[in-house]
Amino acid sequence: MSYYTMTAFAAAQALRRGEVTSRQLAEAVLERIAAVEPEVCGFITILDEEEVLSAARQADRLLEQGRAPSLLAGIPMALKDNICTSGIPTTCASRMLAGYKPPYDAFTAAALNQAGAILVGKANMDEFAMGSSTENSAFQITANPWDRERVPGGSSGGSAALVAAGEVFFALGSDTGGSIRQPASFCGVVGLKPTYGLVSRYGLVAFASSLDQIGPLTRDVRDCAIVLDIIAGYDRRDSTSVCREKDHYTAYLGGEVRGFKAALPLEYFGEGIEKSVRDIVMDAVGRCSRLGVELAEVSIPSTVYALPAYYLVATAEASSNLARYNGIQYGLSVRGKTNLLALYQDTRKEGFGAEVKRRIMLGTYALSSGYYDAYYLKAMKMRTLIHDDFEKIFKDYDFIVTPTSPTVAFKIGERKDDPLTMYLSDICTITANLTGCPAVSIPCGFVDGMPVGLQVIGRPFDEGRMLQFCYCLEEALGIKGRLAVSPARMEKNIEHI
Amino acid sequence: MKVSREEVEHVAALARLALSPDEVDLYTVQFNDILGYINMLKDVDLDNVEPARHPQPLSNILREDHVVPGTAAMREAILQEAPEQEDGFFKVPPIIE
Repeated sequence: MSYYTMTAFAAAQALRRGEVTSRQLAEAVLERIAAVEPEVCGFITILDEEEVLSAARQADRLLEQGRAPSLLAGIPMALKDNICTSGIPTTCASRMLAGYKPPYDAFTAAALNQAGAILVGKANMDEFAMGSSTENSAFQITANPWDRERVPGGSSGGSAALVAAGEVFFALGSDTGGSIRQPASFCGVVGLKPTYGLVSRYGLVAFASSLDQIGPLTRDVRDCAIVLDIIAGYDRRDSTSVCREKDHYTAYLGGEVRGFKAALPLEYFGEGIEKSVRDIVMDAVGRCSRLGVELAEVSIPSTVYALPAYYLVATAEASSNLARYNGIQYGLSVRGKTNLLALYQDTRKEGFGAEVKRRIMLGTYALSSGYYDAYYLKAMKMRTLIHDDFEKIFKDYDFIVTPTSPTVAFKIGERKDDPLTMYLSDICTITANLTGCPAVSIPCGFVDGMPVGLQVIGRPFDEGRMLQFCYCLEEALGIKGRLAVSPARMEKNIEHI
Repeated sequence: MKVSREEVEHVAALARLALSPDEVDLYTVQFNDILGYINMLKDVDLDNVEPARHPQPLSNILREDHVVPGTAAMREAILQEAPEQEDGFFKVPPIIE
């Protein structure tokens, strides 16, 4: 029995029925990792086998005593490598933080630990979360488990690939402009970016502070709700964390969707979207109406201006956040010459990759004297217009439905030399970050064997009904929980080397 | 609005990034591409629009000015990651010549 093929929820039920132990789940996952990780390369750090098994033993003890802290007790998982884990390397896939061990746990890392989930390792990503393919990692390329020559997406490509390949039951990623949803779409898994402020950013290495959010990557919608239940919540150590009554997302699943109203903005279905992707998404949208969901075409005119606004806001905030990497308190330190300026320049020259440098430069330029009004201020004003447009839509509709990405996963190396094309592919996902709205990508079909994601954007803090809708749609689409590579197929791939 | 090589060098200096001449060339080209695209924002009438400094209407979150002492263990863990330290201080090259 391949335990790693189960969803987290199915595994949780099996644990409680005594059909499997956490130790067996951990062993299954470690075996799976040994078999496929050399191909996928999703992990930057894998914990010691003994550490993992010891945590599993602890979970088994609690389960036996009926004291399991949550549904995730004993379930193996991975965390994106920009989420701080005390004493465990947290590198952000950058030479700047190679080997860096944080002295504290992120809120989400601690929450999952307290919930009894088993950390197996830290997932690969684009350096400092800047990228849409995970090719910007300073350490390794992660392969898309559905096709080894294609990217898993980014920046949470490692997290998405690990879940899709069955190396962990679920993972956490982070999303600033689509970095959970796009890899989810490319890897055929569910990925959710919560409302800004719902999940604490304490311990998330900052990229763009007004856009970043941590969220789950899971095999199906139910697992997503389960993980969100654990990681959502007020944290006074994150001053942007919202204090509100805690919602129970799993309670929404199975609720009626008849009567929900979904808006289809024509700007998200236009020329920039590949026809084959548009067709699959429209097919899936058709199922919505069969479920009794009312659909309507709308227009969001500010959409075309969202990308330039995003790349100004995100890079400006990044240039500010990454100023802390100066070779003094932690991380890389290049001390060849004996003056302070050289320490800064040489450390940052060696520590940062090309994409990170490019974004820091763009952001610095946009904020600099003489250009602030022309660029950053304009971008912030554009953000208001986009926010207002979304508010208008949400007066009459419950959700906005779009493709997650204009294409399926592209080939490794295809876009490396063309940053602008890479940026343009974020068109469907960035508005959710700019407006702070929650958004989720669920697998809705395949094009030439590669997964396609459908995106649902909801009102702020309406994750419950969003998941309710997605749960129903996922059922109707009939492709949930499908693993990237069946055990037989992956073994076959390895034979071909 | 064309960005010159000199401006790119100036920005690199502001960002404390040492760039090679090849990198300066590459970034100058890429900047112009990207900013050329971003320039479409000039088509939008934004004169009477308030800048959105935040995705949600949050205001300054304050707390009581109340010291929460750290522990020796915490201090150790922090200093452990310091590239150079002396007597519990982060050590840096001379600031004043």
